[in-house]
Amino acid sequence: MQAAKLGAETSPREREGAAQEAAPVISIREVSKVFGQGVAAFTALDRVQIDIGQNEFFTLLGPSGCGKTTLLRLIAGFDYPTMGEIRLFGQDIARQPPFKRPINTVFQNYALFPHMTVGQNVGFGLEMLGRPKAEIAGRVDEMLRLVRMEALKDRRTSEISGGQQQRVALARALAPQPKVLLLDEPLSALDYKLRKEMQIELKRLQHETGITFIFVTHDQEEALTMSDRIAVMSGGRVLQIGSAHDIYERPTERFVANFIGETNFLEGQVQGGGSVALDAGSVVPALPPEGFAPSGRVTVVIRPEHARLVPSGTAGSLAGTVSNAVYFGTDTHYHVTLGDGSEFMVRQQNSRASASHEIGAPVGVAIDEGAARMLRD
Amino acid sequence: MAKRRAPLDIKVLPGFASMAVICLLVLYVPILVLMLFSFNSGNIVTHWEGISLHWYGVALQNDEFFSAAENTMIIAVSATVIATSVATLAALGMTRVKPWKGLTAAFMVLNLPLMVPEIVTAVATLSFFALIAGKLGLNFGIGNLIIAHTVFCIPFAYMPIKARLEDMDTTLDHAAADLYAPPWKTFRRITLPLLAPGIMSGAALSFIVSFDDFTITQLVAGPGQTTLPLYIWNQIRRPMTPEINAISTILLMVSIVLVAVSFLVTLKKRR
Repeated sequence: MQAAKLGAETSPREREGAAQEAAPVISIREVSKVFGQGVAAFTALDRVQIDIGQNEFFTLLGPSGCGKTTLLRLIAGFDYPTMGEIRLFGQDIARQPPFKRPINTVFQNYALFPHMTVGQNVGFGLEMLGRPKAEIAGRVDEMLRLVRMEALKDRRTSEISGGQQQRVALARALAPQPKVLLLDEPLSALDYKLRKEMQIELKRLQHETGITFIFVTHDQEEALTMSDRIAVMSGGRVLQIGSAHDIYERPTERFVANFIGETNFLEGQVQGGGSVALDAGSVVPALPPEGFAPSGRVTVVIRPEHARLVPSGTAGSLAGTVSNAVYFGTDTHYHVTLGDGSEFMVRQQNSRASASHEIGAPVGVAIDEGAARMLRD
Repeated sequence: MAKRRAPLDIKVLPGFASMAVICLLVLYVPILVLMLFSFNSGNIVTHWEGISLHWYGVALQNDEFFSAAENTMIIAVSATVIATSVATLAALGMTRVKPWKGLTAAFMVLNLPLMVPEIVTAVATLSFFALIAGKLGLNFGIGNLIIAHTVFCIPFAYMPIKARLEDMDTTLDHAAADLYAPPWKTFRRITLPLLAPGIMSGAALSFIVSFDDFTITQLVAGPGQTTLPLYIWNQIRRPMTPEINAISTILLMVSIVLVAVSFLVTLKKRR
């Protein structure tokens, strides 16, 4: 049982590894960025290491100030790293100016040229590359068709709406057919409905163009729904890289688990055979992060949907009392106070069969097989 | 709940209308009177005799007036071109670069001429030219006036250019560089076109400042270097005729046209 589980878990990771080794388009090697000097020095990026493959939708996710935008600026060339290499197809470009890199950016505020028409904006990159006029005209039309803006080609950029400016910015960045497209929180200025639309649009564009996208966001939902892989960043460091599923189901650090979705942390003592004796009672099987040999005290993370409320006293369950219940329509969130005083949240789907639990009632919390994961910190 | 007070309507304040009228009268009546008497057919400035364009004819046939106008144009155009170019470079060097040591000091030095009493600048400029003429034997003729005008025009040209540059979004430069534009192309295709309204206002301002400068010009000007303001000054020391009014009105029109043009250009670019 245990072995079978392990086997099932390592296979997606192997597939990923193979994809990266095939052809990393962008390879970020030990990149650090320090602003200022001496006592005022601030480390914005700390030995960041990322490989991004061909045709990947890669997201840099983290709270503001985590270094994600700084990293994007280094890849674009607006700033140079203090240390380390940024390789594009194996060649270090870290000290090349932005106009020599086959990388284009969609800016957060779009940065459309206000004295040019929509068409002139889209054609600017190709014009600077010295392409023939006929080719530029054809490509501009093609790009505007791609983002469904062909009717507004001769408008000034100040005469179109925010969502339309967003599409023009995308078309402008895609027109020179860059090897990598950088997107700096491009959806944050749009309202909810438009944002949802653009998320689908971006995935479509990435699929149709086959260009590697590097997307920066602080919105975890956006990251989970759009990305092939996500790098979670905090304090200038990359904490974890993996698929949305990996990051959500198998967080390796407390910050990652906490930043993405709702979660429960339980303290305990490592025991032999990959299990943890929780302070709240009961022993649960829990896997450690890859390459981490746990000993002594550890924290275990369990997502609220991977636990069930069972009758008090059920064998192997954690004993507690219901302290709060919040009804959400499709499901109910039960907050349970466990034996050691810690709070535990259980998300239970509402169905006709599921029993409701009164506040103050003694219950047992049963954790799904394989749902508990040890954290590195 | 208390009703929120509507923003104060200044027009309902007691005495607003009368104060406004008084201010407008003080500002514009003298100019209107001057313009009105330029159409006087008699030859006394303060005594109205009838309507005529006679004095405009006299002014336009006056060789001294034309020679003064020519000098004024040569000086104003040269000073404007040089001062605006210098001011543009200075503004770029103070906004589009990494902050450097002495940036604030440079800003102060550049704008100090605005604060120094003009007569002080005039005396200093005169002494300077006297010194280089005496010690080095250098005299640039009308060039002396161009240099003097350029110097006091720079801060006037600098102000609107810098304001425009500070308003400008620097990510536009990044966007251009990102789209394969090397620095000079970014400047020519993005920065300069967007800066143009600022440069236009700066040029218009320095042209007007140079055009009607009296104090510095009076002290620095050598023989045969009469400008329009100096010509008018010399005329009113003799018995005055409405010719002076006609000349002044012509000058006023030039100023108004320039200001209007620069205003319209700014308006159009901002749209």
